[in-house]
Amino acid sequence: MAPPSSRRSSGFSKRAQYSVFTGYVLAALGALLGLALLALSLWQPPALAPLRGGANDVVAPIGEGTATVRSTSNGVWQTVSAFWYAGRQNAALREEVEIARIRLEEAASVAQENERLKSLVALSESEIEPVAVARLIGSTSTSSRRFAYVGKGRNDGIEIGMPVRSPRGVVGRVLEVARNSARILLLTDTESVLPVRRSTDETVAFAEGRGDGLLRIRLINLGLNPLQIGDVFVTSGAGGFYRPGVAVAVLSELTPDGGIARLVADPSATDFVSIEPIYEERALDAALVSSETTLEDAENAN
Amino acid sequence: MKDALGSPQLRSANRFSGGINRTVAPWRANTVPYISILFGSLVPILILAPTMPLLPPLGFMMLLGWRIMRPGFLPLWVGVPLGAFDDLFSGQPFGSAILLWSVCMIALEIIETRFPWRGFWQDWFTAGLALVAYILAAMVVSGATLTSHLLFAAIPQIILAILLYPLAARVIAWLDRYRLARARRVE
Repeated sequence: MAPPSSRRSSGFSKRAQYSVFTGYVLAALGALLGLALLALSLWQPPALAPLRGGANDVVAPIGEGTATVRSTSNGVWQTVSAFWYAGRQNAALREEVEIARIRLEEAASVAQENERLKSLVALSESEIEPVAVARLIGSTSTSSRRFAYVGKGRNDGIEIGMPVRSPRGVVGRVLEVARNSARILLLTDTESVLPVRRSTDETVAFAEGRGDGLLRIRLINLGLNPLQIGDVFVTSGAGGFYRPGVAVAVLSELTPDGGIARLVADPSATDFVSIEPIYEERALDAALVSSETTLEDAENAN
Repeated sequence: MKDALGSPQLRSANRFSGGINRTVAPWRANTVPYISILFGSLVPILILAPTMPLLPPLGFMMLLGWRIMRPGFLPLWVGVPLGAFDDLFSGQPFGSAILLWSVCMIALEIIETRFPWRGFWQDWFTAGLALVAYILAAMVVSGATLTSHLLFAAIPQIILAILLYPLAARVIAWLDRYRLARARRVE
């Protein structure tokens, strides 16, 4: 049985009555303060970011430790389950390897042809150098927002808006940066919108997070829905931030205006993520010249 | 000096203490609840949950537990500093826990005035209601676009939070025994 009361009945003691009253007043003032801060941070999200960033800087080293443990325990579990399924898997893999060897030959010829065509158009292969490679050290696992944290920040050259990807595909983008930690808006957050296109053609769409681990694919050109279950979506590069051609999601369900898709890169399964520089579409300089002046005039003016 | 007159009951507060000639350590008695609540706020950030909210709000559960099991220990305005700490790590917009924890403390105080004598089941009911209300309210103020999917995704978290309350209560009871153990030597 719980003790009778916190107040032990203030009775006729004026002092006890006042202290109870003061408690209520302070708590109500605290609630009002919270309301004001909440309104401020909903209205101006970056306003209190330094506070959060400082706190996360302090916690980041602990997160690095637990992240290491997490990836190790993942590995142990995978080893155990692999042992369990070894026999069945062996037969299936043998079959797969046979097919893969054939495909490899085909791929080699395609690669050669690709090389030749590229040399024809003088296109050099440009591999993007990531700004930083880091572990995901934690996430907001109690909130309905989906953020993750990495243990690298401004000191490593990370800036707001940089895309974050794992070897499999896009994970999200940097939302807030502190000295030694950064907050990432994951694709599954309801506020995350990413321009994508179907990998096989130029069907463009938006991939929006639903907040429950799935993405909603919304076609930009409404009409007949050309999508099919199993379609892979990649970033289109439209609007900048993400460079084009990185895998995002696989369609798993059709809806009238697009579909529901699963993530290709599950952040909990990835060990390291790379933070890449912001992709900027190179706009044609000619498009900046207003139509009243001719291009020759504009060139002479420069 | 370890004396032989220690309590025979293993589950009493003496379990943590050195026997007679000892008294409650004030420093320990006054800090353990706060440390456990701060720890509860901090732990969920270390768990990776990229698809949906998984863990119950542990910091809030510890606050509820201490408030319900030790009424009068936490001051009524304690939601402000503890909520501010929780907001730093929870991913909610800053101020949401300050507001919701303060409101919860006031609500629990009113419930306590109305029902001064309670049993465990009643406490669990109160805590369950508070947790459901807190998780839903936190979702509303989180700045996320509210959809039915978001609500469905929160259902496992809500159920887990309600079912975990008795466990949290046991942990708090254990911490309370530790807190009030006679550990300081009387000079």
